[in-house]
Amino acid sequence: MFRVLRDLLRYDGRFRFAFILLAAVVVMVLLSFVSPDDPNKTFVVAMDAPPSLEHLFGTSSRGQDIFWWLTFAVRNSLIMGVITAAISRVIAIIVGLTAGYQGGWLDRVLMSVNDSFVIMPLLPILILLGFLLRDMMNLFLLGVVLGFFGWPYDARLIRSQVLSLKERSFTRTAVYSGTNGFWITINEHLPFVLPIVFATTINNLLWSIGMEVTLSVMGLSDLTTPSIGTALFWANQHGALVAGVWWWIAAPALVAIILFLGLYLFFASINEYIDPRTRLRLIGG
Amino acid sequence: MRKFILRYLIPRFLQFLTITFVGITVTFIIPRLSPTDPVEAQISMMMARSETLDPQSIASMRAALTDMYGLSGSPVQQYFAFWGRLLRGDLGPSLANFPTPVSEMIGQAMPYTLSLLVTAVIISWIFGNLFGALSSYYPKNKALNVIEVLGQAVRPIPYYIVALVLLVVFAFFIPIFPFSGAYPIGTRPSWSIGFIWTYIKHSVLPVATLVLVGFGGWFIGMKSLTSNIISEDYVVYAEAAGLKGIKILNHYIMRNALLPQLTGLAMSLGAVFSGALIMEVVFGFPGLGMLTMAAVLRNDYSMIMGIAIYSIIGVAVAVFLMDLIYPLFDPRVRYQ
Repeated sequence: MFRVLRDLLRYDGRFRFAFILLAAVVVMVLLSFVSPDDPNKTFVVAMDAPPSLEHLFGTSSRGQDIFWWLTFAVRNSLIMGVITAAISRVIAIIVGLTAGYQGGWLDRVLMSVNDSFVIMPLLPILILLGFLLRDMMNLFLLGVVLGFFGWPYDARLIRSQVLSLKERSFTRTAVYSGTNGFWITINEHLPFVLPIVFATTINNLLWSIGMEVTLSVMGLSDLTTPSIGTALFWANQHGALVAGVWWWIAAPALVAIILFLGLYLFFASINEYIDPRTRLRLIGG
Repeated sequence: MRKFILRYLIPRFLQFLTITFVGITVTFIIPRLSPTDPVEAQISMMMARSETLDPQSIASMRAALTDMYGLSGSPVQQYFAFWGRLLRGDLGPSLANFPTPVSEMIGQAMPYTLSLLVTAVIISWIFGNLFGALSSYYPKNKALNVIEVLGQAVRPIPYYIVALVLLVVFAFFIPIFPFSGAYPIGTRPSWSIGFIWTYIKHSVLPVATLVLVGFGGWFIGMKSLTSNIISEDYVVYAEAAGLKGIKILNHYIMRNALLPQLTGLAMSLGAVFSGALIMEVVFGFPGLGMLTMAAVLRNDYSMIMGIAIYSIIGVAVAVFLMDLIYPLFDPRVRYQ
């Protein structure tokens, strides 16, 4: 684990940059535990103060220090992303392993449902869902809901891996020695697909946090909980740009860009590291 | 020809039917799984708006709404009735703009969304592929490397944030583009040159948002596809034969990588469409996205339902149409 980290830090500039960005995110998450302000209280500091040493990102029209409020926002957005990733991983692994190993009509049915979910525009469906669940929506529920929609792409990826694993001799050996299909997929195939599962987890995290931003700015989540999306929602609600309080929009946008860029570069770097062919190019053997 | 229909056309058509079927079924199931009763929610909202509703009119309203939501009868009956109404193109009236049918309002908003979406998808696909191929053929070119880094940096950021940043920078700090809308308030849409010019000026930032986010994906896709092709024998032969670089790139390298990218385009349409919806909210562009936002704000359930259904069918049709023109590009399918 540490060797991987050391190799990547030494040989991949992209990974170094991602490491710095993600370190900043982690620091923000940790700072949320020592925040002087309660994010649920409004009008605790002066309103509309521009960024200064005292208020790093300025203060909002609701009388909140934007920096400290955003530390909670980043923490909540990440927690929600992890919930989504966990649920969609389980579904993706089950669907991918089953479809790939069983083949035949089950594979065809699963994959045509799968492709339908890939092709369908998910946002209108999620808006419909968010609209109906609006009264009881919270970040946890949103994470669960997104989890049920975020698996199809990765299920296909896992299936394609299993299709090639199935033809290898160790699978044949296991079949001829009487191991049943369930244990072959769990013991023999799952370990091979786990690295991809890990890489796609990060991608899925990006997708779900992005979806949270999208749904929240439309007012379709729990608006009292700080998250990157609700930060932008409140800024819009108070007409921050028109009122000239640009830092209220700029700060969450900046934090979001750091988070997304960090996660994405991390994903891209890990993805190349996992594939032995590209790993050679990356760290030179 | 028969083989083409059996092997290619029928599977594609079945896939089109599957997407529509899965999508519509999901939109049918969602309201029925939700713990809140849409009819009661709607009635309590109307009661909150005006207190002068007598019990009798509430009862008749409840019956009308139950009928409209298709909630009468057993779930199986409801499901068939739901399809029946869909096939007749009847999605009911908008609740917020009462007698106007949902289909009519969606029809009015659709051209705005489509004009942005089609322009942006074409631009980002062409430029992404072109620069991706160039960058893998000329790996040492500095300018191309800069383009790659920028493209990859924007790619993971959600459409909403990219749109917001463009809006703040190019309409607020450097006001060279209009702040909001598709045309200034007070002008009437027409086919005059002046109107088209203002429309284009208002569309630059929205289209730029979609292009910037989409570009990086096509770029990196094309780059990895062509990186294998470049070391193929026929490319080395063409180079040894002294063909011009641009000709090798065009006829030997890009041609072979375009087909998977075309398939990728069909697969990504749904996601780009979702992006276009949310981008419109930022720019106040009067397309489907704004219609959705207005429907959310005004609790217009039938409108949200209608938009979800139309989007699913629209994207499914677009993907099917792309499958139909695909044989024109792929000689393997064409000669079958």
